[in-house]
Amino acid sequence: MSTTEMPSAPDFELERSAMRHLADAQINVELDTGDMILNLGPQHPATHGTLRLVVRLDGERVLAADPVIGYMHRGYEKLTEFRTYPQVTTLINRIDWLSSFANEVPFVHAAETLMEVAAPPRAQAIRTILTELSRISTFILFLGEMGLQVGALTPAFYGFRDREHVLNLIEGATGGRFHPNFNRIGGLKDDLPWGWVSETRQVMRMMLDSCDQFEDLVAGNEIFLQRTKGIGVIPGEIGAAYGVSGSNLRASGVDWDLRRDGPPYLSYPELDFKVWTHPDGDSFSRYWVRLQETRESVRMVLQLLDGLPAGPVMAKVPRIIKVPEGEAWVEVENPLGQMGYYVISKGATGPFRVKIRSASFSNVSILPWLLRGVYVPDVVTILASLYFILGDIDR
Amino acid sequence: MLALEIGWGTTLAIKTLVVLMIIPLGALILGYVFLLKMMSHMQSRLGPMDPGGFHGWFQLIGDGMKFIQKEDIMPDGADRRVFAGAPAVVLISTFLVFLVIPMGPDLVVKDLDVGVFYALAVSSLSVIGVLMAGWASANKYALLGALRAAGQLIAYELPLLLAVTGVVIQAGTMNLNQIVIQQQENAIFGVDWIGNPYILTQFVGFALFIIAAQAELTQTPFDMPVAESELVSGYMVEYTGFRFLFFFMGEFGTAFAFSAIAATLFLGGYAVPWVHGDAANWIGPFVLFGKLMLVAFLMFWARFTYPRLREDQLQAFAWKFLIPIGLANLLFTAFFKVAL
Repeated sequence: MSTTEMPSAPDFELERSAMRHLADAQINVELDTGDMILNLGPQHPATHGTLRLVVRLDGERVLAADPVIGYMHRGYEKLTEFRTYPQVTTLINRIDWLSSFANEVPFVHAAETLMEVAAPPRAQAIRTILTELSRISTFILFLGEMGLQVGALTPAFYGFRDREHVLNLIEGATGGRFHPNFNRIGGLKDDLPWGWVSETRQVMRMMLDSCDQFEDLVAGNEIFLQRTKGIGVIPGEIGAAYGVSGSNLRASGVDWDLRRDGPPYLSYPELDFKVWTHPDGDSFSRYWVRLQETRESVRMVLQLLDGLPAGPVMAKVPRIIKVPEGEAWVEVENPLGQMGYYVISKGATGPFRVKIRSASFSNVSILPWLLRGVYVPDVVTILASLYFILGDIDR
Repeated sequence: MLALEIGWGTTLAIKTLVVLMIIPLGALILGYVFLLKMMSHMQSRLGPMDPGGFHGWFQLIGDGMKFIQKEDIMPDGADRRVFAGAPAVVLISTFLVFLVIPMGPDLVVKDLDVGVFYALAVSSLSVIGVLMAGWASANKYALLGALRAAGQLIAYELPLLLAVTGVVIQAGTMNLNQIVIQQQENAIFGVDWIGNPYILTQFVGFALFIIAAQAELTQTPFDMPVAESELVSGYMVEYTGFRFLFFFMGEFGTAFAFSAIAATLFLGGYAVPWVHGDAANWIGPFVLFGKLMLVAFLMFWARFTYPRLREDQLQAFAWKFLIPIGLANLLFTAFFKVAL
């Protein structure tokens, strides 16, 4: 027996270990679960519109998320350059379509600043009321919608039902449910209709009941708490660094509200209201802050109704509006967050250039940072709690 | 015995017909009463009111007719045979459950001695259909939904079984008909005029059963596999027309079946105290139907009220909460069975 015929012991050992490694390698190949790319959207119920999220998944865990926007881009900034000032309000109504009235205000305010006219006090108060009403209608819908996104069907219907009362008020005053187009440079189109004030008081009391109901049904639900507490935590500094604003930032403990802290606009300086914040920064605190802000808005509307000044609703402005040369930046607190218009005028009937800073665009910019490492169901929770409107992202 | 004496072949034909009728009928009734009417009422809307004249009773039948007319679309990448077979598998498992549910002392298709065991075994067949559907659809949402369904159904099979085992121990039999008779005849602590419906002694088991059945049915708060706000519709996202109708019927048919099992095991099934023999045969189906609707009401009430749990929370709930309670319940039942 020669050593050449039989493999020597160490050789055999080597071969066996090599085999073992090979087997290991094979097992590893089999167990290697490749990442899956999942396209959430552009047509997906959780994205309320046409936001597309390209999500890389390992099982149900998100490795990376990439928002793709622009499916609804309508080119409003460019279109404003071919419109006269009064025509622009029709366009900007459609930016955040749930709170259209609030969109009109900053633009009209910018034009008024350039023209150095001021709307009469009554017009200012009515504008403030309608802005707060659109905030209430937006948030009431959110309070129900958020339930739907975490799986409870019924609150969504309550949200739509209760919002309808507020929309009726807006329609009663302006003639349009969603797109009032009620602001004029220098004031408002019309005064309030007869009986509107008492009806509003009634509806506002209803909204307080509605908030209590949402607090019981949604915010007090054990499963809802489990699904939202500690999910999608945005620390205050990081949120501010990404440009997150509005209730989303206040839910992260940043006490910043342009109605109080910004340059004075509308009747807010005369109002007594509390700015709600929550220290946690998670999805639940965003829900909670919006719930409290809805109540606060109701109180503000009631306050304004009590002290509604008399007088005209339109200042003296020329029939053909020409805005003198200049630049103006107006930023306000809209329901979805900070909204600003930078208007450049060259003295013509229409603006030379308008830059629109919309809240949702910055609010969703935090998504790639926020969605890393969460589960697929939490993606939906976080998207819902950030509460964006696609028109407000793409403009 | 029923006074009517009929041949074996005729009996078989009648039984087959009844079982084939009961699922679509049950699905229709549950769908109409709970999905269309109760949910609408809870959400302060009317629901369908026009079709058929009286409160839109014809709506679901009309929907069914619409589904039959729709184009049968199959995705390009689908595994065609598996894709086509999956809805049938889901529906068949529902049909099979009804073979053993007694609707009267003699009104049972097959009086199996292992009735409970059989019912639970065939009801979990549907997960195979769900997995088939999810895998064959060649769709990522469907796949995620199917895998969630598989994990969930396996996790909740155990509490379901533990809940039923309590009843089996107390009754000393697995025959569903015998379980009903036990509930009718026995006394609870010497009081014998209402019999002993096991919901009184096995209330923990009843709660476990309802929760686990809710998960088996993939209804909210355990509807992760279909999660319409995230997975759009989970494993049935690619199904249209007649095949979707099968899933729809399977969903409500299974709810009907599980309610029937719960009514039989815990509420005394077809039995009412002091009614025996032929009379029980005549009123049995109606009594069972009434009790079944009560159970179904509980299930659908939760379905329309609660948000949905996350997949990991759902698993934790089953393994860390329901199963220990089920085991404790089993222990207590066994203890009392031996002690008393």
